Amino acid sequence: MKKRKLPHWLILLLLIFLYMPILVLITYSFNEGRTGAEWTGFTFKWYAELFRDRNILKAMGYTILIAFIASTVSTVVGTISAWGIKYMGRRTSGILLSINDLPLLNPDLVTAISLMSLYIFLKMTFGFMTLLLSHIMFSIPYVIITVLPVLRRISRHQMEAALDLGAKPVVGLFKIILPQLKQSIISGWLIAFTMSVDDFVISFFTTGSGVSNISIAVFSMARRGINPKINALSSLMFAVVIALLLIINKNRKTRKEDLAIEENILLH
Amino acid sequence: MKRIYFFIKSAVLTAAFLSVLSCGSDKPVLNVYNWGDYIDESVIGDFEKEFNVKVNYELFASNEEMYVKIKQGGGSYDLACPSDYMIERMIDEDLISPLNRDNIPNMKLIGKSYLDLPFDRGNRYSIPYMWGTLGILYNSEKVSGPVNSWNILWDEKHAGRIGMYNSSRDSFAVALKKLGYSLNSMNEEEIEEAKELLIRQKSLVLAYGEDNLKDMLASQEIDLAVAYSGDYGWIIEENPQMAYRVPDEGSNIWFDNWVILKETENKELAEKFINFLCREDIAYRNADYIGYATPIPSVRDQLDDEIRNDEAIYPPQSVIDNCEVYVDLKDFNEVVDHAWTEIKASN
Amino acid sequence: MKNRFNRYAWPYALWTVVIIVLPLVVIFVFSFSKNGSFSLEGYGLFFTPLYLKVLLKSLELALKATAICLIVGYPIALLISREEGTRKSTLMLLLMLPMWINFLLKTYAWRPILGNTGLLNSFLEMIGLDKVQFLYTEGAVLLGMVYNFIPFMILPILSVLDKMDHKLIEAAHDLGADDRTVFLKVVLPLSLPGIISGISLVFMPSVSTFIIPIILGGGQDMMIGNLIERQFLKVGNWNFGSSISVILMLVILSAMIILSLFDREKRGER
Repeated sequence: MKKRKLPHWLILLLLIFLYMPILVLITYSFNEGRTGAEWTGFTFKWYAELFRDRNILKAMGYTILIAFIASTVSTVVGTISAWGIKYMGRRTSGILLSINDLPLLNPDLVTAISLMSLYIFLKMTFGFMTLLLSHIMFSIPYVIITVLPVLRRISRHQMEAALDLGAKPVVGLFKIILPQLKQSIISGWLIAFTMSVDDFVISFFTTGSGVSNISIAVFSMARRGINPKINALSSLMFAVVIALLLIINKNRKTRKEDLAIEENILLH
Repeated sequence: MKRIYFFIKSAVLTAAFLSVLSCGSDKPVLNVYNWGDYIDESVIGDFEKEFNVKVNYELFASNEEMYVKIKQGGGSYDLACPSDYMIERMIDEDLISPLNRDNIPNMKLIGKSYLDLPFDRGNRYSIPYMWGTLGILYNSEKVSGPVNSWNILWDEKHAGRIGMYNSSRDSFAVALKKLGYSLNSMNEEEIEEAKELLIRQKSLVLAYGEDNLKDMLASQEIDLAVAYSGDYGWIIEENPQMAYRVPDEGSNIWFDNWVILKETENKELAEKFINFLCREDIAYRNADYIGYATPIPSVRDQLDDEIRNDEAIYPPQSVIDNCEVYVDLKDFNEVVDHAWTEIKASN
Repeated sequence: MKNRFNRYAWPYALWTVVIIVLPLVVIFVFSFSKNGSFSLEGYGLFFTPLYLKVLLKSLELALKATAICLIVGYPIALLISREEGTRKSTLMLLLMLPMWINFLLKTYAWRPILGNTGLLNSFLEMIGLDKVQFLYTEGAVLLGMVYNFIPFMILPILSVLDKMDHKLIEAAHDLGADDRTVFLKVVLPLSLPGIISGISLVFMPSVSTFIIPIILGGGQDMMIGNLIERQFLKVGNWNFGSSISVILMLVILSAMIILSLFDREKRGER
């Protein structure tokens, strides 16, 4: 097979399509002028303004805090539950997994308004807690569908053997099961984390009392018109994403496992 | 094993961090719910310092959005800044609590003509913050001829260069006034007529926006738009070619007042915040930053001459007399909403 | 012995009942009650020409977006699946990278490109052409959908193509089939599961979006998502809003059932 230098033009076209807006935003984040396409000079002032904006900084803080807590809680709960599901009867686990799928299959908007209705029904005050609960709610299913298939491949006898040899269940869990699950648990955590950082619709409907995340802040800024601070923010977030991906990729040998997990979610 | 320990440790640390964030300080917290771009943000910092409190500041984009959030949320906001007709509805539905005037001595600074208005007789519930009109904001270099009638928004000459508010209330106000009806009309036939008019206008409208309309004007995406008088004050600073006019058929005059919500746990602090906003130096900074008309005469006198005497921001009495305040439409809102959906669904 | 671990799943089962099932029950109940008593008003209102038109409009836009994603996405998935080694994984990474970027920021990014004074129009002007109104049109909404959701079409197709046994293709060739026949009779049927999950992953978020019409559509159109958002956040008519949500859920559910039937039929054929 002869080796072409460049990928097919169709692929190139798609990549241009996917990356053009992002590159344009990055370029404009350094543009002096406030409006229009004209280049009026290089500046860092939008970045400086970004870091002076109380609302955005607070939103960034909340985004990371919520994402961290939600993904950590979901990973722990999701892994333990997946462990339980593995030992459930076929029918019970089938029902539970179907319910587990609902947040993945339902549109965000429906999940969002149904959660909002629930919180009103329970007379909860909208704010940090409702936002966190919602994020945990939609994160756990991702962890379960990531961890469960790997867990199912682990033979039941391994644990039984450990117990027969006198190990306590906890020790068996930590020494035998968890090491095999490590990769999928990390992936589950990462997926939950990104889902949480990226979420707009569910957060928008279930927050209150001055608690907002990046998406909500961007939405209210975009609603108010052109704002180069948004460009600066996008560029920064893009840089963070690339940096994170590089770090993750460096620490991973098994791309295949990753792809298998990705596939599992997409084909679900 | 070590890593798991680390994992647990970091979770514990986060929890600790969280508790520091949420209740680490004993400072009282004031939750303020205001329109976007509707305060000089340094004022909030000053209030926090002066009274040693923490202010949570959240934004809304329409009266309806604020109302629904307060009605369902319960207990999460102390103060809000609704407009006239919404204040009327909130009083009716017992969502706001009467003010203790003793905590708001600066109220005496407010001009007589902004107090004791029909939506809140005797100002038992609300204190004026800003006021203004609804009109046409336009680029005088692109729009020739007088802009003295709403008809210009139906003029083919400006096809694709018109911006409208994405708000059923304001859009119907424009159409009803053009037809010579009251903008508080609860007559289904009149609404029907206005609806037909707005459907006819749709092909001329570039976008139904919100606060971004003024940006679209500034970047010359559009030449004219329905706007609030304060948008003019904002845009004129960098774009001297912009002009604002309340059409002769009449329009809406509105008042945004501060109210304290029923569920508040910091009523006294909320009153102090209102009092703070009425203080001359603070009110001046806000009026200067926002560009809307202040109801405090002594503050108006301190503003730059060209703003203070600008008839677009502080219209003459004859224009004010020609304007109507919105009245809460109550159940009739559903009729208007249905008509608005019809407009949006038409091609 | 066998079942001693299943109790670990019970707390989660309880949790799902409270936070996944109960909320859906709540909106279902809301959709049948107005001012505290049973009412079919919400559904009655929806099944009038006006709101059906809104539903049809949303379905039309979502179907168009799905079709574009499929027509463009499939060849690309096919091309990438034929790449090898690092090139392939790099391409896949490049494809996935935008999925990690905030959805709103990505959508917002089109405004400076499509705007009246934006990049595209400046370019048109430069080469002596007339300006075109890109932003605030239905086309812009469609573009926003395709842009945001096309990776969800490509990736599942790609992963199915990857798993395909190449011996099948070789065998078909050996038996004298030309490229076109091989594609139509072997590759396409085998990649059907990927196509189906791609379609549902694109169709579902497209039909229910309410942000793209606001950011790129200039509020010109009302999609079903906007209708729901309006009822809950602006009009405050919960009964009607819930009814529309239930209908939206049913629409999506039936789309999925149709898709899975199609999948099964194809499999049965073979």
